[in-house]
Amino acid sequence: MNRLPVTESDLHAYVDSTLPQARGAEVETYLASHSEEAERVAAYRQQNAALHALFDPVLDEAVPERLRTRRARWMKPPLRYAAVVAWVALGGVVGWNLQAYTSAQRTEASTWARRAAIAHAIYSPEVRHPVEVGADQEAHLVNWLSKRLGAQLRAPHLGGIGYTLVGGRLLPGERGPVAQFMYQDAKGQRLTLYVRANADHARETYFQFAQENKVGVFYWFDRRLGYALSGEVDKDELLRAATAVHSQLNP
Amino acid sequence: MNEHERLIEQQIPRLRRYARALTGERAAADDLVQDTLERAWSKLHLWRHGSDMRAWLFTIMHNVFINQVRGRTPEQAVSLEDGALDLPDRATQTDELEIRDLDAALRRLPDEQREVLLLVALEQSSYEETAKALGIPIGTVMSRLSRARARLHRIMTGSPGAATLKVIK
Repeated sequence: MNRLPVTESDLHAYVDSTLPQARGAEVETYLASHSEEAERVAAYRQQNAALHALFDPVLDEAVPERLRTRRARWMKPPLRYAAVVAWVALGGVVGWNLQAYTSAQRTEASTWARRAAIAHAIYSPEVRHPVEVGADQEAHLVNWLSKRLGAQLRAPHLGGIGYTLVGGRLLPGERGPVAQFMYQDAKGQRLTLYVRANADHARETYFQFAQENKVGVFYWFDRRLGYALSGEVDKDELLRAATAVHSQLNP
Repeated sequence: MNEHERLIEQQIPRLRRYARALTGERAAADDLVQDTLERAWSKLHLWRHGSDMRAWLFTIMHNVFINQVRGRTPEQAVSLEDGALDLPDRATQTDELEIRDLDAALRRLPDEQREVLLLVALEQSSYEETAKALGIPIGTVMSRLSRARARLHRIMTGSPGAATLKVIK
């Protein structure tokens, strides 16, 4: 048989088990008569095994939150700009939809949900400045926002469903100031509750659902206030959270 | 979760394993993974649909890693091809010690040798994939691999200077 000489590359490929079977057999034959090389190959194979023994356990470790929550950190600027552009464009949209009161009311309600979704998309990925006032100053936060909205607010506690209050901020709304409370669960998943004063005291609604891209929104009005709870979670979970918010605000 | 997110997320454990072996430190490794993922997300439009996501991510990680290495102060960046750097400590006693020694020994390989060795031995990338990920010719992969293994062996066994250069064909 006419064999090619065994090269250093062959030996490494043999160590890494990447040689075609026939060539592997030739290398084995070669090693049988070259004990020094055979020892070296054995040592290198042991290195491979030792590397796996040392580092394979990393594969089974829980992936840290900061590597899993793309949303929380990595919403990229273009998306944010898109959200801002959408926000600005809303003024125009609202203006075009005032033909009839009912349609205006409906549009206004869905616009409310939409604004809530946009505000969620803008602020929930924030790492450093998700809120203006943190939950450590909850009393101050609630007083401040209540004063600005001209209605007594409360920040619901959602610990029962695994969400804690991060804090809140004041935002410009189409009809005056709007409050946004932010919540976060242990995985960093965020929900935002968007609240404004309800000018139309006669209107109370049940939960309605709207979807803006990935953001789901349950929104409703009671006599005093309008609410929209937004999150990038599945609808059932969002409904559970909305129910928890509602039952706390309407004991 | 969309398809891209799933494809990327699937690779996170392997990226972490490689980064841990490369940096030898948990926090630094996860920083490296995080920087890699951030860059991947921002460059996702450059990923060719249907191509190997794992290979693409490891290429990005390599680039992030060498940028970090370049950013280090010169004293930290001991990165030469084989030099007179190895001063073997001692032969090893127990398995546990051996494993800890392996981690320490890896730190004593030049970065470019450690990258090749880990991609091949731990990540089980082919030599072609390794060459592509690191942006070097396959011959360079083979010579770095050969040096890395020989050097690691020397450090681990405490045998001075033996088996240094082999001719690569």
